[in-house]
Amino acid sequence: MPTPTDRRYTKEHEWVRVDDGVGTVGVTDYAQDQLGDIVYLDLPAAGTPVKQFEKLGEIESVKAVSDLYSPVSGEVAEVNEAVANHPELVNEAPYEEGWLVRVRLADPAELDSLLTAEQYDALIAEAQAE
Amino acid sequence: MTAAASPLRHTPLYGEHLALGARMVPFAGWEMPLQFAGIVEEHHAVRRRAGLFDVSHMGRLTVEGPDAAAFLRSLVTYDVARIAVGEGHYAVICRDDGGILDDVYVFRPGEERLLVVVNAANAQRIGEWARARLRQGSRAVLMDRQTETAMLALQGPEAAAHLGALAPAVAQSLAARHCTEVELGGTIAFISRTGYTGEDGFELVVPAADGPGLWRSALGGVERGVQPCGLGARDTLRLEAALALYGNDIDESTNPLEAGLGWTVTFDDGADFVGRQALLRVREAGVARQLACVRALERGVMRAGCPLLHDGRPVGRLTSGGFSPTLGASIGLGYLPTELAAVGTELAVDVRGKPLRAQVVQRPFYKRGKAG
Repeated sequence: MPTPTDRRYTKEHEWVRVDDGVGTVGVTDYAQDQLGDIVYLDLPAAGTPVKQFEKLGEIESVKAVSDLYSPVSGEVAEVNEAVANHPELVNEAPYEEGWLVRVRLADPAELDSLLTAEQYDALIAEAQAE
Repeated sequence: MTAAASPLRHTPLYGEHLALGARMVPFAGWEMPLQFAGIVEEHHAVRRRAGLFDVSHMGRLTVEGPDAAAFLRSLVTYDVARIAVGEGHYAVICRDDGGILDDVYVFRPGEERLLVVVNAANAQRIGEWARARLRQGSRAVLMDRQTETAMLALQGPEAAAHLGALAPAVAQSLAARHCTEVELGGTIAFISRTGYTGEDGFELVVPAADGPGLWRSALGGVERGVQPCGLGARDTLRLEAALALYGNDIDESTNPLEAGLGWTVTFDDGADFVGRQALLRVREAGVARQLACVRALERGVMRAGCPLLHDGRPVGRLTSGGFSPTLGASIGLGYLPTELAAVGTELAVDVRGKPLRAQVVQRPFYKRGKAG
């Protein structure tokens, strides 16, 4: 699956796509593939303040639990109810229907500290070479 | 678990796993497939159709000779004399104090020939432990057959149909927990109707060189619908069937009576197996705790190690935990004080600081239907 170029990435394998000051957040295809079958998500409720690179929630696969980190600071505007009921959406469409939360950005300049698609791909290539 | 300094061992099927693109992981000193298509897909394949596992990492010891049965009886909790030729039985190997050294499957393919399948992580030490108990002059010969053989498990409601393509007579007539030896593709194969999934199925042992060929013919091409499965599905399947995993649910700090394995312990033949005295004392006093099946009543995933709370008080920990693909809920096993181990007891499971409502339920979580 090609890494979409319309968004930015964290080293922890989250992505954020910003439209009108609201960032849609999810995990990357590489992340979902590494995690395996996702069975549960623990996500913050709408209205919860979040901080860049701090814990956003937890993602549980059959194998293990992993922490999710927020790529941006702000306030949770919306939680994807579809993934709460069907966590497998994260495996099936990590960049589209499998998004997790929407965050109203506190500081759009934070995006500059995130990776581009190209930089993220380089990171994955490096991880896979190990 | 920390990585061992020694290089990982490969089963005779290692090349097959790589060719199928399996995700490989270290496990008990072996490099084994974690998954092929994905844990949930493999899990459902075994529940609904058939799956094939490489279980060559399990230890295989043979005990042969006129004293074979008597010698093995002195080591395991179950009365080996009750295992007729062509049968198998699950048993436990205990320390003197009743702590569990390993759980094993004992097969009797011949009057004076026994096959003992032991856990991968324990294979070496059980072999050494058994050898140390072999008295001089005993007419029992203990052999480690692991490296010279491969072991496959074909599991699922359609397992018999698929085995039928390879060994029709066995597929038709071999009863549950029985075993036989047959010619299969020019070699002699040991086949038992056993497994670790809660489904019907077979386990096959063949010479190592014949392993890849058997693996390929058992898979029989994608269209035949046998799904190659890895350790991930093996774990979710055995957990649903509430089958204990050594190192998690049973170990040297647990005894077979509290683990719900009393049915593997024979006292009345009078044999002085290792641990007998200690287990008799446990039986007399009654077990203080019991391994219970715990099911989450709300969303979230319980994991091994999560504390179990009753009325806000810690009463135990989960020894296994995870997500049940069949039930669509989290399930786990854990020791509870006997008075709390009854079905229906309400618990809270501390999942990384968050309490999750849960309940003790009937063992096992999943039991296959009688039909099929």
